[in-house]
Amino acid sequence: MVALKVRVQLEDFNAQEEEKRLLSDRRDIGAIISFIGLCRDEEPPLSALELEHYAGMAETEIEAVAKEASSRWPIFGATIIHRYGMIKPGEQIVLTLVAAAHREAAFASAQFIMDYLKTKAPFWKKRHFLDGAASDWIAPKIEDDLALRRWQESKSPGG
Amino acid sequence: MKAIYFAWIRERIGLAEEELHLPQEVKTVAELVDWLVGRGEGYALAFENRQSIRAAVDKRHASAHSSIVSAREIAFFPPMTGG
Repeated sequence: MVALKVRVQLEDFNAQEEEKRLLSDRRDIGAIISFIGLCRDEEPPLSALELEHYAGMAETEIEAVAKEASSRWPIFGATIIHRYGMIKPGEQIVLTLVAAAHREAAFASAQFIMDYLKTKAPFWKKRHFLDGAASDWIAPKIEDDLALRRWQESKSPGG
Repeated sequence: MKAIYFAWIRERIGLAEEELHLPQEVKTVAELVDWLVGRGEGYALAFENRQSIRAAVDKRHASAHSSIVSAREIAFFPPMTGG
């Protein structure tokens, strides 16, 4: 059975602890990929990124992405944690951990999960600036859509 | 039916959510947008560029043609920028 864990939370997360939990006492895991998305500072400097989300739908969309990844690649488990609320530059936003027997499946599924999550999971980022300038909503990147299309071309879309 | 608005759509409308009592002829997401636009300036501004609006019916991604006939909750939001 594939252990898929998804959490959407206000609090920070501890990647090492989550990694230990995902490993548990298994000896058949040969690869763990750990991706952490951080709040990056910009010019002009940010005071915070505000992450708004659609409670309920955010969890189910991420779960669906994780499930799709587990049907495409032989993975043992995945843990995905996405935060919401005010997040300061340097702080963590998202964690994606994938465990598999081999690195190919772990790398590919972790990237797939992040690419899908960015365009399917209902989260929106608003930039708040240190100098007090009017805050603004971040527009989606064209590259994110292109990244998604790559997966849709490589295999028939699964949902 | 409950309508929920997110991000700049919420800001332009000036409401996070509201209860809607729709006329019977409003049956799809696109028809609901038409109906909402007629409610006032904030709505018109929120939906001025329809291509940049996403919708969910009962917490599932929906298209402009999706039915809302038996929906309990419909959400409108801009393209997502999480991750």
